[in-house]
Order: sequence, then structure tokens, then C-alpha cells
Amino acid sequence: MNIVDRRPNPKGKSLSNRQRFLTRARAEVKSAVQNALRKRKVADVEHGEKVAIPTRGIVEPVFHHSRRTGRTEHVVPGNKEYVRGDEIPRPAGGEGRGGSEGSPDGSGEDAFEFTLSKDEFLDMFFEDLELPDLVKKSLRETFAFDLQRAGYTVTGPPSNLSVRRTMRNSMARRISLRRPKQWEVEALRQALDEARLRGDEEEARQLGLELDRAEHRSKIIPYIDPVDVRYNRFERVPRPNTEAVMFCLMDVSGSMTEAMKDLAKRFFMLLHVFLIRRYRHVDVVFIRHTSTAEEVDEETFFYSRETGGTVVSTALEKMLEVARARYPTDRWNIYAAQASDGDNYGADSGRCVALLGGEVLPICQYFAYVEVGDGMGGSLTGLARDSDLWRAYSEVAPAHPHFAMRRVGDPSQIFSVFHELFAKGGVRV
Amino acid sequence: MSDKRSAPMARLDASAPLFSGPNWDYASLRQTYDAIERIALDELGLDVYPVQVEVITSEQMLDAYASVGLPLMYRHWSFGKRFAFHETLYRRGLQGLAYEIVINSNPCICYIMEENSMTMQTLVMAHAAFGHNHFFKNNYLFRQWTDANGILDYLSFARDYVAKCEERHGIEAVERVLDAAHALKDHGVNRYAHRTKPNLAEERRRAEEWQAHAEATYNDLWRTVPGAGGGKEDTDGAEARLQEIKRELGLPEENLLYLIEKRAPRLEDWQRELIRIVRLVAQYFYPQKQTQMMNEGCATFVHYEIMRRLHEKGLITEGSMLEFLHSHSSVVFQADFDDPRFSGINPYALGFAMMSDVRRICEEPTEEDKAWFPDIAGLGNGYGVLRHAWANYRDESFILQYLSPAMIRKFRMFAVSDDSSKPAMKVEAIHDEIGYRKVRGALSRQYDLSRREPDIQVVDVDLRGDRCLVLTHYVHDGVLLAEKSCRAVLRHAAVLWGYAVKLLEIDAATDKTLKTYEVAQPG
Repeated sequence: MNIVDRRPNPKGKSLSNRQRFLTRARAEVKSAVQNALRKRKVADVEHGEKVAIPTRGIVEPVFHHSRRTGRTEHVVPGNKEYVRGDEIPRPAGGEGRGGSEGSPDGSGEDAFEFTLSKDEFLDMFFEDLELPDLVKKSLRETFAFDLQRAGYTVTGPPSNLSVRRTMRNSMARRISLRRPKQWEVEALRQALDEARLRGDEEEARQLGLELDRAEHRSKIIPYIDPVDVRYNRFERVPRPNTEAVMFCLMDVSGSMTEAMKDLAKRFFMLLHVFLIRRYRHVDVVFIRHTSTAEEVDEETFFYSRETGGTVVSTALEKMLEVARARYPTDRWNIYAAQASDGDNYGADSGRCVALLGGEVLPICQYFAYVEVGDGMGGSLTGLARDSDLWRAYSEVAPAHPHFAMRRVGDPSQIFSVFHELFAKGGVRV
Repeated sequence: MSDKRSAPMARLDASAPLFSGPNWDYASLRQTYDAIERIALDELGLDVYPVQVEVITSEQMLDAYASVGLPLMYRHWSFGKRFAFHETLYRRGLQGLAYEIVINSNPCICYIMEENSMTMQTLVMAHAAFGHNHFFKNNYLFRQWTDANGILDYLSFARDYVAKCEERHGIEAVERVLDAAHALKDHGVNRYAHRTKPNLAEERRRAEEWQAHAEATYNDLWRTVPGAGGGKEDTDGAEARLQEIKRELGLPEENLLYLIEKRAPRLEDWQRELIRIVRLVAQYFYPQKQTQMMNEGCATFVHYEIMRRLHEKGLITEGSMLEFLHSHSSVVFQADFDDPRFSGINPYALGFAMMSDVRRICEEPTEEDKAWFPDIAGLGNGYGVLRHAWANYRDESFILQYLSPAMIRKFRMFAVSDDSSKPAMKVEAIHDEIGYRKVRGALSRQYDLSRREPDIQVVDVDLRGDRCLVLTHYVHDGVLLAEKSCRAVLRHAAVLWGYAVKLLEIDAATDKTLKTYEVAQPG
């Protein structure tokens, strides 16, 4: 008998088969993923997902007998009360007795259920979604390099010499090898001179020998030895040269109901996940506003409550301020998404338009405005009056192709809106 | 191995168990294996292939599940699907993993999982390395249809070949052929021994020679012009010639894949080779489909005997024995038909019970047994009779021969007939004097593969017409094919055949055509 340990064998033998399977079931898996997204909380989006897909594309048909035709006979165990000639009602669903043929590989009519890993799930989710423009720039993932300190090394160009580290080593070595210090040698020499002057021959001879020894020692133990020398080490770290910043603007005023906020939240979260996932370097700036605007961290942005009026222009001003201070347009692609219920302080709309058209849009690669409504609100039907902001923004839209406006009325619409906004080639800049 | 076998039994110190505690190591595996081997060969008289035990992880076990239990397999999405399915069940805790997988090869490869306790490893070795191994080596179906020496080499050839085809012709093109061949694989086996068992070691060489062979082969299908129709030249001579061609084509033919591989007019050589691979793998599994109950019964019976004897000799501790019995009793558990856990007759339960019963009949027969089994009742040598049965029967014939009234009573079996034209099912027989034979016959038929799988044959390739491939399904007792899957399979068949495919459902008793399917020539 041989015993072979197969445990160290390479793992994932089935991986390529799994990928083939996913490719094959792509369409089904994708729609399952989108359905799953509608149901689950967006905050969970980064997890794997159990999906059930219809078996359409992945059946492995074989000839088999229909259960609903003809005469068949089965033998089953566990008789308790039946005698010959008894009649038993047919079990529902037309399944015959002794149905050991129940197909474990999902070749039946039922959905085929399995688990996608987190990566597979997100890949499906983000497939054919892109941020405009950034795509072009990131097509050839070229990187600039930044130098970053990374400790010390024993070789290097003189310009990188680390004096402090070198001297530290040198001193340690000199102390441990007991190299005579300069002042010790001087003192000896002085004592020798004095002894000579005094005419103390014996002591002068002694001191002379000592001085010789000390000077010899100073010579053979160098002040700085090559082993002491250290250089600063630098590492080249790739820096994506397509850097993007995403401004998330949201109205958190009293006119936004909880449901609306929830919608807006979901939209941003989806966006957030998308950005974190797809781009190596994306800054996200969260700006919320009521009648005043402030930059907040993510937690506050999504979860804290505010009350107050609504002056949209404050948010735009804040955004401009932040952009000027931290995100110069020559280095950063600026993207912005704004969510609001459309309400605005009446006199402010004009200012918004001016700001948006005059200052914000020129520095943005892309600006998305999402108007959230409460359920099947009137604005979605197109019959009711458009909101203040919607009307105001409509003036700006035609002149700026990289400005997009959409309405969302229901959580299930978020995905399609999101998809539409960022669909490949859907938005030209 | 042979010298170990002749080592004196006295060396076993009856007071010292082979192992204690749940952890296993290589030394105790080996020692235990040797002890099992002595019992299996000397006391039970088993005859086995040399064994190779391979230790694997649970993840590798899932891998093995996905590739239908074989250690290497060509790549195909359906294996990925199987993997995803099992993985989900396993991760959610709905399904435990099998303790072992054993491969019918020489040497016999037996996988054991690292998570198992030493007791379980002992059980697995007794079950797989001796029980299954003996069955593989001795059962006539395996001897006749599978080549244990060549299978591993052949699978490695198949995997490489498929990979090479994918490289050359693209994954999609290869998948198209494999999908179609998989759909027909149940009808790609030879059921009768009029063709020789494939010598798998020769396959690689043969594949290379095919090109030359194909050029020399003359394919009649090419001589006719499709769609020309019979018409004027329909003379007696032409008719006779047609009959002759049909004879040459070997019609009617029940091995669909064989006929397609050899005769499909539009296939390229590599496509034929892919079909052949699917066909040979299907043929390799054909005996296992027919002997599942016996195979598991044999292995379960053997492991039970070996564990019992190890315990008698004091080679395993009481604790191990209890652990084993716990596992054994869940393996041979049979749920009643009205139990929610019921999913058919458990092959382990029925096989183990029947084999224990055969031994009982041989050694302690009742009057009833003497009347039912005059040949073996009281013969004394239960193992001899069992070894004979393991070698010469399959599930269907084994039940027909050896299912005793005692067994029917024990399982309280009853036969139900289900006539789709009637509103209710009817109990035809139960465990009483009148019912025994009826139940036995019905159960045996239930295990008969030729009844379980539709009887489908190629009867014609329309040589004078449009080269349409004509299949028939011989309908027994009015049981038709499931429509949806039938159409899907026919579409696959048309992909391989290259022209239209027709299927007639013909009542075997009356020769009446009940239903016709037709799939047009693929675009």
C-alpha cells in the first residue's frame, strides 16, 4: 500500500471550470445579481451573494421518461397499513413514488442556486459601468512614481548618505573597540611634554610608549569605517496619474423625508462602492447642506440628522471652495453628484444656475443631479409641476452635455438610474 | 505485499489496540491498513488491486465531486456547475462530504479526508480499499467493460486532447461538441458485448493514427446528394443497395454516440475524437450505474465484517467501535416512504441488508429459506456464496435471485402501480405470500437500467433524402419521453449530425407511432 499526501497539491482545480460556468450563465447571473441588489441593503453590497438563476442556459438535457404518462410500478419501503388493492391518491406535483431521480444537478425546472464570491459578485455588478473620461485616461494603466522612504541600505549614491545613521554606527564601533578619544591622546601628549620638561626620564618613556600605543590604535581603528556607512533608501511607489475626486452633495434639510434621504443615501452608497472598487485613487468629499453647507465625513453624511431650510447654492459654493483648496484641476478629475428633493429657497435658484453654469460645470468632468421623490410622486409622471431646482437646472442642461439629470422614485429604480448615468459610452464629455 | 500477507497472525498482540484517540498519523494508517488487509485477504478471501491511499483536504474533495469523482478530467463548464452546487450545500451545512472516494483503477486509488478521525480512516480503508476494490476487480460488468489499468492514463490523454482542441479551435467550438455529446452520453454505451472493450492504453496511439485511417475509410453518406429525393431511379436494385448500406452502417444502432462518431457526415476529426472521449468515459461509468446497490452493499458488508473482527481481536477500542457503529447505522438508515427524509431506497441499506441476509440463509436457514433458496440454504459458506454473487450479478439480477421474503418483510416493501389514466395509484402487492414474488420482480425491474433509461435507437439515416437521422423511442407501458428535454437533446444531436434529426415514439407492443419530434438541420 502506498500513502500519498495530496494536500499540498495546487488548490482551485475547479476554478477554470467555475469560470466557464459563470461565463456561460453570465446573462442569468447578472440579472440575478441586479435583482438581489434591489432587495438587499446597499451597505451590504461588498459581500458575496447567494444567487438563484433560472436553469435556462445551463441545463444539461438528457432523454428521460415523462412522469405523467403511461403505467409505471414502484416498490417502496415502510408499509404501515396498506393491503393489496388499496388506492392511494397521487401525490401533488405529479412526482412518482420512489422519486430517487430528483436531479441533484439542477436539471429540473427549479432555479439553480449557488454562491458567488464577493469579487465575482461585484464584477458582475459593475460590468459595463464606467466613470466617463476617467476611462480614457486609465485605458493604459500608466503610473507615475513617487519616491517614498523605506529604511536604510548599505549601498547607494553619496547624495543619499545618511549622516546621522552613519555616525551612530561609527560611534558605537569606536566605543566598543575602545578607540582612544582625541582628548585622551592630547592629554597624553601634554603629560609627556611636561614629563620631559621635568626631566623625569622614566615617566617620559612610559608616557611615550602609551602615546605611541594610543596613536597606533587611533590609526588602525578608523574614525569612520566603510561598515558604518548607511544610505537612505527610497522606494518607487506607483502613483496613478488619473486621480479623481468625487463630490457628493446632499440636501439634508427638513423638506427631505426619511424615504427620500434613504433613496439619496442608497444612490451615494452605490456610487461610493463603485468608486472605491474601480479606481485606485479616488477621493470622496461629502458635502451636506441645509441653509448652510458643510463638509463632513462619511459617517455624518449618511447617518446624522439635520433640520433647517434649503439653500442649494451654499453646497455649490462649498464644493468650489474645497476644490480650489485641495483639488486643482490640473491634477484631479472632478466628478460630482448631487441628490435633492428639488426644493430650494425661491430666490436661490437663479444663483444656483449661475454658479453651476459659470463655475462648477467648467471644472467638472461630470455632474449628475439626482432628484429623489417620495414613491410614485407626481414629478415622476411628468404631469405635475417640476420642482424649482429641476426647472432651474433644466436651463443649464442643454449647454452642458456632461451634466445629467435623473429622477428616482423608488429603491428599485436606483440601479437602473445609476447604470444609465454611468453606462459605458452613455455619457460623452 | 505478499510477504506481509504471510506474516504470522500470532504477531498481533490482542491486548494492544492499533490506535487510540481521534488523531491519525501515517504510521498508524499503515499499521491499521496491514491489519485490515490480513482480515480481508485471509479471512474474507477478498481479491483486490494494489491500493494507493491519498490524503486530501475537504476542498479537494469538493473538486473531486465536481469532476464526477475522477482525479483528473477535461475542462467543461458543467463540472463548474456541479462544483458550485455542492459547494453551496456544503458551506451552508446542508450536506456533509462523503468520507471517501474510490476510483476503479489499478492501482486502486482511495481518497481519504484529512478531517476524518482515525476510526473513520479505518472504516474508509475497509470500505473503499477492500470492499469497493474487490467489487471492481471481480464483478463481471467491470471486467467486461472497464479497463482499470488504462483509465488514469486515458483521462490524462483526454484532458490534454481537449485542452489542445480548445487552443486550436476555441473554447466555444469545443463546448458545442462536448455539450451535445454529454446530452447523448447515456446513449453512448455498448450494452452488449459485440464490440470489444476499449483498450484505453492504446487510445492515444489510435487517435494519432485516425487521420490516416479516415482517409482510407469510405463513407457512404458522402456518395449521395442530399435532398435529391428518390424519384425515378427507385428500382429494386437501388432498394437492395440501400438495405446493404444500412447493414454496413450497422443499423439499427442503440449506441448513438458510436454511430455519430463513426458516421456523422459533417464532423471533423477532432470533433469525432471528442465524442469518442465522452463515449469512453460514459462506458467506463456504465457498470457503476448498474451495480450501485451491490457495489455499496459489498463495501458496507465488508467494512462491517472487518470492523467487527478488528474489535473482536481487540485491535480497536470500545470507543472506536461505538464511533464506527454510530456512523454505520446512519449510513444504512432507510427512511419509510412517508418520511420527509425519504428519497428512494438507500442502496447502502438494501445492499448491506441483503448481503447479511444471504449469509444468514447460508448459515442459519429457516424453513422458508429452504423452500425459497434450496441451492444455498444451509450451505454453510456464506462468504463463498457472496463472492460468487459479487462477481456474477448486477443490481437487477441480484435482487431477482436473492431478495428473500424475510427482507421484504423487514423493509415492509410494497409495490404501487401508477397508471396516468387513472385518478389514483394502486397497491399491487405487499409483504404476504401472494405478494413476495411480485414485489421482488417489481423491485428488480426498478433497478433495470434498460427500463429506467429510455430505449432509443437509430433506425435510419435517410440516404436518398436529406440525410435525416431517424431515431425511435420504443415506448413500453405507454411511458413517453419528457417533451422539453427531448427537444433539447435532439437539438444537440442535430448539432453533431449536421442534418435534421427526427425521433419517433413507437409503441413497442403495437408498433403504432405515438408521437413525432423533428429538429431541423442546424444553421
